[in-house]
This record gives sequence, C-alpha cells and structure tokens, in this order.
Amino acid sequence: MRELVCIVCPRGCHMKADEELNVTGNACPRGAQYARAELTHPTRVVTSTVRITGAPYTRLPVKTSAPVPKEFIESVMAELCKVTAAAPVHVGDVIIKNILSTGADVVATRELVAK
Amino acid sequence: MYELIVIGGGPAGLAAACAAWDSGLRSILIVERDRELGGILNQCIHNGFGLTYFKEELTGPEYAHRFVELLSKTGVEVRTDTMVLEVTPDRKVHMTGPETGYVVEEAKSIILAMGCRERTRGAIAIPGSRPAGIFTAGAAQRYVNVEGYMPGKRVVILGSGDIGLIMARRMTLEGAKVLACVEVMPYSGGLTRNIVQCLEDYDIPLYLSHTVTDIKGRDRVEQVVVSRVDERRRPIPGTEMVFDCDTLLLSVGLIPENELTSGAGILLDPRTKGAVVYENMETSVPGVFACGNVAHVHDLVDFVTQESQRAGAAAAKYVLNGPAGGETIDVINGSGVSYTVPQRIRPENVEKTAGIFFRVNRIFGKSRIVVSNREGEVAGFNRERLAPGEMERIALPAKLLENVKGELTVAIQEVE
Repeated sequence: MRELVCIVCPRGCHMKADEELNVTGNACPRGAQYARAELTHPTRVVTSTVRITGAPYTRLPVKTSAPVPKEFIESVMAELCKVTAAAPVHVGDVIIKNILSTGADVVATRELVAK
Repeated sequence: MYELIVIGGGPAGLAAACAAWDSGLRSILIVERDRELGGILNQCIHNGFGLTYFKEELTGPEYAHRFVELLSKTGVEVRTDTMVLEVTPDRKVHMTGPETGYVVEEAKSIILAMGCRERTRGAIAIPGSRPAGIFTAGAAQRYVNVEGYMPGKRVVILGSGDIGLIMARRMTLEGAKVLACVEVMPYSGGLTRNIVQCLEDYDIPLYLSHTVTDIKGRDRVEQVVVSRVDERRRPIPGTEMVFDCDTLLLSVGLIPENELTSGAGILLDPRTKGAVVYENMETSVPGVFACGNVAHVHDLVDFVTQESQRAGAAAAKYVLNGPAGGETIDVINGSGVSYTVPQRIRPENVEKTAGIFFRVNRIFGKSRIVVSNREGEVAGFNRERLAPGEMERIALPAKLLENVKGELTVAIQEVE
C-alpha cells in the first residue's frame, strides 16, 4: 500500500494505492490516473525559460506541451540552455520541436513583443 | 468622468473590468503601474493555474494572456506605467504617468485590485548581520524568470509559502543547491501539492517547527543558523544547525497592499489586512469595491478571478441601478476560523448563494464546518481535512439567509 498526494489540481487529494494499482481517496478520475502513472512511470510538465533577444526582457517563459518522463527533466533543462529565441514571440509558438524525442514540444507561454 | 476606474491590472483588475463591461458599463479605465498588464502572473512561469476556472492547466503568463485577450475585445481603456497616488472617499483618483503627468480622474465607482506584497526580513526581525544575498522569494522569482539573473548557488529558504516552494524547485532546476526549507509553524504554509512536486521531487528537506536564528557573513551571506522552536515558537538552545550557503530566500507571508484603501478612509479588517467587504465585495465606502489579494490573500488565481468578476458585476449594478441596501448580517469567526470574506452579508443583495471564503487557524482532520446563529445551526459542511495553507469556501443559499438576523458564526468542529 502506497500513500501519495495528488498534484493534478490544488485540491491535493490524499490517496492510497495497493499493489494492483487500485486507487482510493481520489476525488476525480484524473487522480487515479496520476497515481498509477506516478507508481509506474512518473512524468512532469517542465516549465522554465530560454534566452530571448530583441524583447523588453531577457527571458522567455516556456513549457513542455505535454508531461515528460521525470528522468528527462535534467536533460530538457540542458537543451533549453542551448536555444535563443527572438522577439516577437506569441503564446504557443514552438521553440523546440519534439524535444529529446519525448513527443512533447517546448512552447512559449508569454507574448513578448519586439522592443 | 468614468463609470468605473479599476486600480491594478493583474488578474483581479482584468477579471473585474471584463465583468463590468459584460454587465453594461461602457466607460472603464484600468490603471496599472507596471509596463504591461498581467501583474505578478507574468513571473509565475510554473503551471497549475486555471484548473478550476478554465478546466485546464496553464502557466501564469498564459492565464494572464487569456484575460488580456478578453479585455482587448472590449472598449476598456488601459493606462500602464501609471501610478495611483491617492483615492478619495468621493471617488477621485489621483494618478501620475509619463504621458498624462499628474491627473485627477473622477469615477462613479472604483474597484481596488492592487494585490499584495511580500513580507520582508524587517517584518519578521531575523537577528544577524546585513550582508547581500537575502531576497524575498518573489524578488528572486522575478530575477530568475524575467530578468535572467541567478540570485545565488547555495540556498536556504525561510518559510514554506507557495512562492518559496516554487522557488525551491526553480532554483534547483537552474543549477542551484537548495539545502533546506525552514518553517516556524508545525505545518506548511503552502499547498500540499507544492510540497510534493517542489520539495519531495527534488529531495529538499522541509524542517517544520524550525526558524533562522542567525545570519553570518559580512559582504555576502556565508552561513545561516537554523534552530528548532518550541510550541510557543521560541528557539530551543542547543538545536542549532549551520548551513553553508550564499543565499537566503524569504517566503514568510503576503500582506494586502492597502495604503490607498486606508487613505480613502475605508474600514480595514485587522485579520485579512484588507478592506471589510460585503457579499458583493463592496467596501465600507459605497461604490468602492475591493477584490483579489488586496481584499485577502488567495492561494489560487481561479478564485481571485471569480471574486473579481463578482466585484465587477456589482460595480456595474451600483452605477446602473443605484446603491445596494437592506439589512446586514455580520459574519463572526467561531472556533478554528481565523478570518472570513465577506465579513458582512446583505441577504437582499444575494442572488442564488453567498460564497464565504475562510481560513482555519490549525490543521484539522475530518471536520464539520458549522454555520450557526443565536438559535443554533443553520448549515453544515463536511470536510476530510482542513489546513491554514488551503483556503476554504462554502456557499450559503439565499433562501437560508432570509431568516437570519444580526449575525452568523462560522466554526469548525473536528469529528475525529
């Protein structure tokens, strides 16, 4: 029996999962899905920034368009260090396509106009 | 003269202005002191915003962008880079900006949406020297996420508020070593999910019932001393731990920014440190409303949005239909409750339900939230768990309020 706290939403359900991955204590199906993924192959959406030129600020916030395996987080961060975006950028613009073959893109999460 | 002036262009101001427009006002001005709209959301690049309101998981800038887009479809006027200096009870707003200079604008209604600011080192009086390397978590967040500077390499975080937890993860991802998160209370001030995904994911220890008792270093932080505290929050001698670090981040609470509010002669609540508000977020001065973190500090922007939409709609109703009236019920904090918003309810003004936000003053297991008047219980709500770091919300049906006179008490009864 494993106890875990759901991170899908701010409600933070306290859940229990047994060896057969039967989940209790979750308020919604997404909780059970999270618990099973967390116990078999945990994933996270990575949010960070990349360099940007020509904008009023020097950092452009980005995220992975889908959760990536937890063990990929460090290498995703390393990839983000290698790119420099240029203003203007719009929310949803793809900055890195299919990062590290995870199937997730790195997309911009903020509008940054050219200075 | 404007029908409505909204002070602050963060999530509260944006939602309020959009709602006022949708409710029929056509001359609305938002005054924002930053260079762009969106407020503090622009530096909150992590995700988890919007799950309640949009039913999807957005980052802070994305959440702000949704409302900036909505606003651009209205005729709401925006003045950025403009600072409000004073609000008067007769609804004159003094402001100064690079294009307008010093001007006074009049409004039929005002919405206060200035948000909150971080408590600083001074406010919690930590002993020790005054070297560089001590930041509030929000300042560090802006350096890292917007300006592109790393505040330090080896970090101790004092306080377990959500921004501190988020910054623990953020600094780790950017290559810093976060040695500890230290919380004086026996429970975390942040959301449980943030303890899990920001500390546990990265093996960052959380020391509950501990505090910083010394800061060493002359030009730059060199060491931070952490001690255990007793149940009265006094450091226990002999429990000192020394961390070699160059940075101390403070995440020790947020204070609603109410200089303009008190300057306008509006009644403040010492518990929320925001204005005392009615069910429609109206303050003690008719036609002046307050919403979002300036009214009380929220955990979730989704609730800021909902509360601010109510304020926006109420401001429109005030301008178009005249002042709200009726008898007033005072909402009293019973045992276990540290504050409620609203503090006053006028049943005549409640359409379907009156929502009451509140916080509890300690962790409760399985509990019943009991709403009562002098005759006894009028409503009850069951919860599995209640924590001070997680704001609670109950909804009282209008029908139920009709028969209540004078006051209502909200209290917590632990079942187990």
